[in-house]
Amino acid sequence: MDTGPDRAVTSKPHVGAVRSGFAPWEDPQARPLVRFEAVTKRFDGEIAVDAASLDIHEREFFALLGPSGCGKTTLMRMLAGFETPDEGRILLDGQDIAGLPPHRRPVHMMFQSYALFPHLSVARNVAFGLRAQGLGKREITDRVEEMLALVKLEGMGGRKPHQLSGGQRQRVALARAIAPKPRILLLDEPLAALDRKLREDTQFELMGLQHSLGMTFLIVTHDREEAMVVADRIAVMRAGRIAQVGRPAEVYEAPANRYVADFIGDVNLFEGRVEAAEGGVVRLGSPEAPQGFTGFVETSHAIGSQAWIAVRPEKMRLHLDPPPAGPNRLGGRVADIGYLGDWTTYVVEVAPGRTVRAACANTARTVERPIARDDAIWLTFAPDAGVVLVE
Amino acid sequence: MRTRPPLAALAPYLWLLVFFALPFALVVKLSLSDTVLAMPPYAPQLDFAAGSAGLKSFFAALDLETYRRLASDDLYLASYFSSLRLAGLATVILALVGYPIAYGIARCSDGARQVLVMALILPFWTSFLIRIYAWIAILKPAGLLNQALASVGLPPLTILNTEAGVLVGLVYAYLPFMVLPLYAVLERQDESLIEAAEDLGCTPTGAFWRVTFPLSLPGLAAGALICFIPMVGEFVIPDLLGGSETLMLGRTIWNEFFANRDWPAASAVAVALLVSLLVPIVLYQRQQAKVLGR
Ligand SMILES: Nc1ncnc2c1ncn2[C@@H]1O[C@H](COP(=O)(O)OP(=O)(O)OP(=O)(O)O)[C@@H](O)[C@H]1O
Ligand SMILES: [Mg+2]
Repeated sequence: MDTGPDRAVTSKPHVGAVRSGFAPWEDPQARPLVRFEAVTKRFDGEIAVDAASLDIHEREFFALLGPSGCGKTTLMRMLAGFETPDEGRILLDGQDIAGLPPHRRPVHMMFQSYALFPHLSVARNVAFGLRAQGLGKREITDRVEEMLALVKLEGMGGRKPHQLSGGQRQRVALARAIAPKPRILLLDEPLAALDRKLREDTQFELMGLQHSLGMTFLIVTHDREEAMVVADRIAVMRAGRIAQVGRPAEVYEAPANRYVADFIGDVNLFEGRVEAAEGGVVRLGSPEAPQGFTGFVETSHAIGSQAWIAVRPEKMRLHLDPPPAGPNRLGGRVADIGYLGDWTTYVVEVAPGRTVRAACANTARTVERPIARDDAIWLTFAPDAGVVLVE
Repeated sequence: MRTRPPLAALAPYLWLLVFFALPFALVVKLSLSDTVLAMPPYAPQLDFAAGSAGLKSFFAALDLETYRRLASDDLYLASYFSSLRLAGLATVILALVGYPIAYGIARCSDGARQVLVMALILPFWTSFLIRIYAWIAILKPAGLLNQALASVGLPPLTILNTEAGVLVGLVYAYLPFMVLPLYAVLERQDESLIEAAEDLGCTPTGAFWRVTFPLSLPGLAAGALICFIPMVGEFVIPDLLGGSETLMLGRTIWNEFFANRDWPAASAVAVALLVSLLVPIVLYQRQQAKVLGR
């Protein structure tokens, strides 16, 4: 069985899908709205954020993604002013904002716990920041109405937070944070408390809102799918460090290192030694595949150095009959099959104790030759399907 | 299958019956009786030997005469209002003194908080009477306070045997009952609410008045009622620190009972006090139910 014909390899391919032409970060002249410059934060000597540098541009939807405890919230709280960096600077509109207390920063945060004021009605929660700005009564009422309509909570202004569902509370928190028109909105795991269906709907609502308001959003999440769906760019964090920054497709299709490759979805990693590297093609010698692996690279690799080739399961091709000999070819036995409806995942044992995953889209309702457990099988992948990593 | 309530569920009813309902019924009965020069000094008394006729004449002899006397005598009304005024004033002072203390403790680090709460309760390990006597030693004309004032060249103060002395004693003795409920609400207040307020443009002071303070009102109400209710009927503090000038209901009851041997009057004052305190007690219950209902 073959999942598709070989793709024609163009000389300068685009990595993944591009959602829109919006890419101010590619312009070296553009001044970012927020710039973290080698920001470090320690708690009692323990490092929480380690020399993190980051640019966030006006109107960008930026996601901080990483496992629990990697310092995402801390990085965000430093921007809001609740924590002070030990080293480095944070610039907003080119100005160092060190020493500016939270209430003087044009940055609003939507808290992970929502932090709605329980003694105030929904309308007065939303009006809270507007009152602090000293707006007139009329203006405040109008703006609160507008915000409640925006988050689809018309007519709920009189309720108290405890009379709302979790999803409604989340939207009140959102309305409250965007009502005073911050320069940048910080969202700390805004959807973590919602169920899956509501979370997916809300993700699209958030994107629509961000687009229509033309506001800059910084979202913190440990859900990679959420980050990929909503964000223009993602910063993947690891133990306080920024491991990679890029568009969702870039971090997925061109991860900078094994950590990112593994964190952003399933990946098969094949280890080997560089045997040849010329003309943008690297050949790895490896005991796993009889004729080694080949992949396309843009950087140079020293002969004899250790490297890995990372291949996503959906880029592996399954063959019931032995394919012609060549590189990127492994034989094995089907150890497990996970049927998901739209996709089927095959776990293939290529050596005792060593499994490789392959995912096939179920594009047809019927198959001629079904694959069963313990079937002998061959796996191949195209040279541009894998990413060569040295880290 | 229904599960039967365990016998323990009856315990509070039994306790309240024996130690509240029965004694209270006795006091109510006493307040409806008349004073006589005899032992015991009231009439009528239930005569079980006379059977139902005795019961009838017993109830016929009960009347509201004593209450009429109370209402028409300025002394009782004066001591009633004086009690409410002093307890109210003390409650206000307690709130003003107790709030900063509770707020300060709630803002401390975990370890310091435990120590401070402990220190607040620690004086209760010595006898209440000894602590009040100590105040006499401090406040009396040639006491510690006036010695200290004299040593810095200030004129002496007359506090003992005045209302000021009573207020000092009340505030001192009831402070923990004001601080602890306030501390309880302030301590469990979600820190992120303050951060949210500051994030939305409030100064730290603004955040206190718009968020912390309104959210601590249930604690303030609880503390105020817990202090106010017993302070109205307080006897020892006005007796020892207030001198003969200070009119408070606790002292009035004591006087009627022991000095005048007017048991019906003493009982009637006690019943009137309890009934008038029912209002704040019911308010307190309602408020607690609201807090717990959350
Ligand atoms: N106030 C604090 N005092 C001491 N240590 C802290 C404090 N806040 C965070 N840390 C530590 O800093 C590290 C990073 O924490 P942070 O809250 O930024 O993680 P996170 O990436 O947001 O994780 P999560 O996804 O679980 O929210 C953790 O090891 C945490 O224990
Ligand atoms: Mg966090």
